[in-house]
Amino acid sequence: MNDSRNFRIDTPTGLQYHRDAELLIKANAFFGVVFLLIGGVLALLVSLTRWPSVHLLPADWFYLTLTAHGLDMLVFWIIFFEIAVLYFCSSTLLRCRLATPRIAWLGFALMLIGAVTTNVAIFRGDSSVMMTSYVPMGAHPSFYLGLILFAVGALIGCFVFLGTLVVAKNDKTYEGSLPLVTFGALTASIIAIFTIASGAIILIPTFLWSIGYIHQIDPLMYRTIWWAFGHSSQQINVAAHVSVWYAIAAIVFGAKPMSEKVSRTAFLLYIAFLQLASAHHLLSDPGLSSEWKIFNTSYFMYFAVLASMVHGLTVPGAIEVAQRKKGYTKGLYEWLRRAPWSNPVFSGMFISLIGFGFLGGISGVMMGTEQLNMIIHNTIYVPGHFHATVVIGTTLAFMSLTYFLIPSLFRREVWLPGVAKWQPYVFGFGMYAFALVMMGAGTLGVPRRHWDMSFAGTALPHEFPGSAYLMMGLVGISGVLAVIGGGMYILVTVGSLLFGRKVESSTFAQKGTPIPRAPVAATIGGHHGGAGFAAPGTFTLAIVFLVAFVLYYFINWKYLSTVWGIS
Amino acid sequence: MSALLPPARRVWWKEPLDRVELAWILIAFAWSAILFFMMPYWHVFGKQNLSNEAYRISAEEFTKRTQTMVDKYTVRTETDEKIPVVHPPEGSDVYLIARLWQWWPLLELENGKSYRLHLSALDYQHGFSLQPSNINLQVVPGYEMVITVTPNQAGSYSIVCNEYCGIGHHKMVSRLYVK
Repeated sequence: MNDSRNFRIDTPTGLQYHRDAELLIKANAFFGVVFLLIGGVLALLVSLTRWPSVHLLPADWFYLTLTAHGLDMLVFWIIFFEIAVLYFCSSTLLRCRLATPRIAWLGFALMLIGAVTTNVAIFRGDSSVMMTSYVPMGAHPSFYLGLILFAVGALIGCFVFLGTLVVAKNDKTYEGSLPLVTFGALTASIIAIFTIASGAIILIPTFLWSIGYIHQIDPLMYRTIWWAFGHSSQQINVAAHVSVWYAIAAIVFGAKPMSEKVSRTAFLLYIAFLQLASAHHLLSDPGLSSEWKIFNTSYFMYFAVLASMVHGLTVPGAIEVAQRKKGYTKGLYEWLRRAPWSNPVFSGMFISLIGFGFLGGISGVMMGTEQLNMIIHNTIYVPGHFHATVVIGTTLAFMSLTYFLIPSLFRREVWLPGVAKWQPYVFGFGMYAFALVMMGAGTLGVPRRHWDMSFAGTALPHEFPGSAYLMMGLVGISGVLAVIGGGMYILVTVGSLLFGRKVESSTFAQKGTPIPRAPVAATIGGHHGGAGFAAPGTFTLAIVFLVAFVLYYFINWKYLSTVWGIS
Repeated sequence: MSALLPPARRVWWKEPLDRVELAWILIAFAWSAILFFMMPYWHVFGKQNLSNEAYRISAEEFTKRTQTMVDKYTVRTETDEKIPVVHPPEGSDVYLIARLWQWWPLLELENGKSYRLHLSALDYQHGFSLQPSNINLQVVPGYEMVITVTPNQAGSYSIVCNEYCGIGHHKMVSRLYVK
């Protein structure tokens, strides 16, 4: 403890890393990337199988691969990286020591053991139950056990994060309120605790059922509670990647939130309403009333959609205000044209934001509307939607942050900067195309989680139209493109750790220093925009978004009105 | 200050907001209200709504009721497996079994007439996906969902399973005829 290298100050950014936190952030981020690599290889195999003219894997391997891809990406990659983000947003941003590092390592070990256990269960071949593992279809007990261990580890990580906030408060390393980014991370952590508790409530009995201790698990109860875990874990991602967007706006542009009040209230709306959305998955289920469905699927009056629409304005709005202050005031969009598009930290974040809103957000509301769900449920539109939210939104935001962390945290120069520069474009636009054509194919009725859309060898096959085959061919091509973009990320990150030149710009200290007290500045800093708006360019972009949203929403109602009468 | 630092005012609630934010919040709020309103509106004025009628039912009981219908209204059989094609009268209770990996029996309905369609699964969860209309419903074992359907176009439809149900999932496909 009396090591004189207890804290490291990274000179270019001024960030102060507590030694234990630094190691834990590195370890969690690194293993996140390992699972991203595994998931990426699986993604390639899945894409090449659903590409009708390639149809690579046999059926059993396809279902196995898809199960592993879902868990490695949605759970293991993202949550490992999220724990790294939580430690960064608490210990590093608040310039304090990390609470109980040994317990944090225990959590890390449990997560790793759990992730490996579940992967082993899947690759042994007797647990191809998809990520959702709907009962009464059963997996090997170690499949559930691995998930439970992982969840307990992640829960420990959340409590270490909360403990670190207490440490910062006690040591008075900051004054007033938490920074916005930490506030967002706190939101993610609160949602995570709810999520993991729901996971425990359903997975522990399911584990007991799989070893024969419990006789039966009601499938509808399973769906209801499992989705409180399955959907909410995506809400952790939303809160986390929105925080990362704010962080990147601050890192690249020195942007400050337009209004702390608005952004923070939007995060509070997430805490209060986001979790209701697990109902999205139950809209075509028997046994749940329409009142229950409407109340929950709408996050009670769409308050969480409102919150996301607010973040969608305030993040680019903050960038616009910062850019206008620097003199990029010509017209509506000079601030955006003159943004550093060759810096992957920025380009990735902006591609993430636009894709999340236009593709992920709008399609999510379609699927989450009680009646519209009927023309979408379980078609490949659904993975189209969540690849836009989780891959374009979360994964790409985390990738962008990595390009900042490589020099600051890992103290390496980015290896192959030319590849890094193009990576967000290849990955981001590959994913844009992937999500769009999946939604197109889903609109034509192509089912998700399905090995053979030609139904070869069946007595009464369904013939999908040629356009559906075209869409699925494009799913394959764009999937491969996105995998190449993901491979570029792995190449740059792992390459930087191995071959990147060392960055020697740190000083060390035994004791940390608190955040210096900021002078009370003029908060919005006058109007640099036009029409009395601080960010007129962003506002017009938001209106474009709204028009797209409204049109697409009512087109779907129009389509619904043409199908069979159902009552 | 920047989003990485504590806000300038000790109490963040007292930070001011810009007009652009206020305008957008009001617009977004109004749109959220419309999104919410559309669902109850469609229940009153729309013609595509799920009923809330559902029962717990055992696999044996659901099979028995389906068999009774098949015995009464079968008009012919199709395929090598001799799957019965059932032509039930208008307004009657029509049963469709989802099981590994088959929809049973084949249904033949009449255009413009209404039927009470009962759906249940005997083993795993399945997904009822009517193509090319693209109407999709979850079929859960132990639960019987009842909806009134009114076909609006004659032709040969397919029923695809779109909930993963094991290694034969992609072979679970059937027909539905509308005369």
